[in-house]
Amino acid sequence: MNGTIHNEGAFLNNIAKNLGRAPITEGISVPEWKHAPQKEVLKHATQNDLVAELKEQCKRVHTQFHVTDSKQVVHCLTKVIEELGNGPVIIPKDGRFTEYGLEGILKENDVHIWDHQAGNENIEKAESANIGITFSEMTLAESATVVLFSDKDHGRSISFLPSCHVSIIPKSTIVPRMTQAAAAIRSKVTRGEVVPSCINFITGPSNSADIEMDLVVGVHGPIKAVYIIVEDK
Amino acid sequence: MAMKTSSAKFKDRVDEGIHNDFMRLAVSSAQERLHGRRLTAVDELGSWEDWRSLGEEIRQHVLSNLDFYLHQLALNVSKRGGHVFFAETAEQASGYIKDVIVKKNAKKVVKSKSMVTEEINLNATLEAVGLDVVETDLGEYILQVDDHDPPSHIVAPALHKNKEQIRDVFKEKLAYTQTEKPEELTAHVRGILRKDFLSADVGITGCNFAIAETGSIGLVTNEGNADLVTALPKTQITVMGMERLVPTFDEFEVLVSLLTRSAVGQRLTSYITALTGPRDEGDVDGPEEFHLVIVDNGRSSILGTEFQSVLQCIRCAACINVCPVYRQVGGHSYGSIYPGPIGAVLSPLLGGYDDFKELPYASTLCAACTDACPVKIPLHDLLRKHREVIVEKEKMAPFSEKMAMKAFGIGAASPMLYKFGSKMAPSAMSPFKTGDIISKGPGPLKTWTESREFPAPGKESFRDWFKNREKGGKSS
Repeated sequence: MNGTIHNEGAFLNNIAKNLGRAPITEGISVPEWKHAPQKEVLKHATQNDLVAELKEQCKRVHTQFHVTDSKQVVHCLTKVIEELGNGPVIIPKDGRFTEYGLEGILKENDVHIWDHQAGNENIEKAESANIGITFSEMTLAESATVVLFSDKDHGRSISFLPSCHVSIIPKSTIVPRMTQAAAAIRSKVTRGEVVPSCINFITGPSNSADIEMDLVVGVHGPIKAVYIIVEDK
Repeated sequence: MAMKTSSAKFKDRVDEGIHNDFMRLAVSSAQERLHGRRLTAVDELGSWEDWRSLGEEIRQHVLSNLDFYLHQLALNVSKRGGHVFFAETAEQASGYIKDVIVKKNAKKVVKSKSMVTEEINLNATLEAVGLDVVETDLGEYILQVDDHDPPSHIVAPALHKNKEQIRDVFKEKLAYTQTEKPEELTAHVRGILRKDFLSADVGITGCNFAIAETGSIGLVTNEGNADLVTALPKTQITVMGMERLVPTFDEFEVLVSLLTRSAVGQRLTSYITALTGPRDEGDVDGPEEFHLVIVDNGRSSILGTEFQSVLQCIRCAACINVCPVYRQVGGHSYGSIYPGPIGAVLSPLLGGYDDFKELPYASTLCAACTDACPVKIPLHDLLRKHREVIVEKEKMAPFSEKMAMKAFGIGAASPMLYKFGSKMAPSAMSPFKTGDIISKGPGPLKTWTESREFPAPGKESFRDWFKNREKGGKSS
């Protein structure tokens, strides 16, 4: 159902009056901008160059970085979970956990799978979880950023409430920077697809420098972040 | 708190700032760190001038077509089930928000940092009807706990406090028992606020950039507080200054890149979130109800004037971090929630010359602010324009400038008097000078020489030198 809009006419007319022209409510298109430096960043980088860039940037954003392949990912994730102090773990209901053969280790740990039918229990589980695990939809090499789309079976809380966030990154999802992610989202929009209610661009753990500009890692969101790159996916 | 943060006179505020050694040390060290990080981030990116030109072009295009993009934004928010309220005044904005919350019978409100909610005096309005309002940005939380100390910087609001002062505030107000280590202070706040996030009925955010094409709200933080504020409470209210929007995701990413690099020298901050409408059907978290409040509060009267470019501002504070005046006097001296060069331009426009007429003079016009601005606002030109308006239209130039100009006016109007005055200067000043400098000047020079020295007048005036220059020698 559409929401309400209050007081629009008078407000916009006043803007037009101050701009010295009649009100405009249609017919404006986004111009071709004179400069486009964002498209030049890492323009000629190969997929391996992007992995190297991502790895380097992870050091600057306090994020552990592992490279593995689809055969070894089980082993890698088991080790990461252990190093982070084990479960409870929370994950979205996402077919890729099965596709990557991760069901086994998930069974061994205390894992909650986000299920919209369970309602608020999901949030309670996320709050008490030590680790939240997600799959990155798009990954930005320049800034070491994972992109997540919310969904009824992929709650926003999974990547915010647990103490640690582990993101599995299929190598094919790595792009140079936010420019390519924005373009991909925009092409969904122009195809008439609905934008998810929450799109997260997440770069490492939460942090703050509000006290004397000293960086403290781990404020309201996760205290630790780990990325696992899967080379052949 | 509204725009104005102090009822003290400008000179008294500056005096207090200049004699607060703790604050000045904290400010200069923060300025250096932020400035250094910005330079590194800008250098490694390359083509920074192209980036700035692109940022400027996008912002100018949006401002020229502001009614179109706001209409598109409102329509798309509404299509996704969100409610939009256009507020011409601060009172309309805070009144609407209060009504929404009261109707919900809500008790607790969590907020992520937002300058526009400070501008519309939102916290006081909500607290007046008995609501528990909790700031969740660490810096804002520190200020709130310290009896609502005003912010002194638009990105790092508690930058004027050192860790020992914060520890003492926490000991007094929060039964804190640990040390002044930032890690321990932060962990304590995490524990307290986690409970507030989970129990709040309403979440309130500002808006870094709204995206017209999709009706999305873009939020930029490092702490992740904005995400918890919007994921957990049942109602979300977002407040935005009416100029804070972009056409599409393509422009969103450009401005976010400019913002995070210019504000904190990061390629991207930890959390950049685009929220569209309330939660989708079937979602368990995210708000059930979403309200977007679009605030004018004096902005429309800046459109179409020589000051329009100030609305390009993306609130990164790069200008504040390079300003030599801010460095000396600190944020509170400005008496506005918007300090530094951007504050000196914006505060008189939004809050009026009566309260903020001194701010355009709190500048050396060195133009460091203009050079630092990622969207090319000609800040020092705008400061000069303010001075023109203040002198010519408002007839309210600061007293010392009036006296100096008056004396110069009388003296300069008569060639005889002028000649006499400039000839007299060396001997008139001789009691005050040591060698070639004056360190304790009389009258109008007093304020100047309190903080620095003034070169003593030469024995030869410019007029005399000019007259005699062809003789290749001195006049006397």
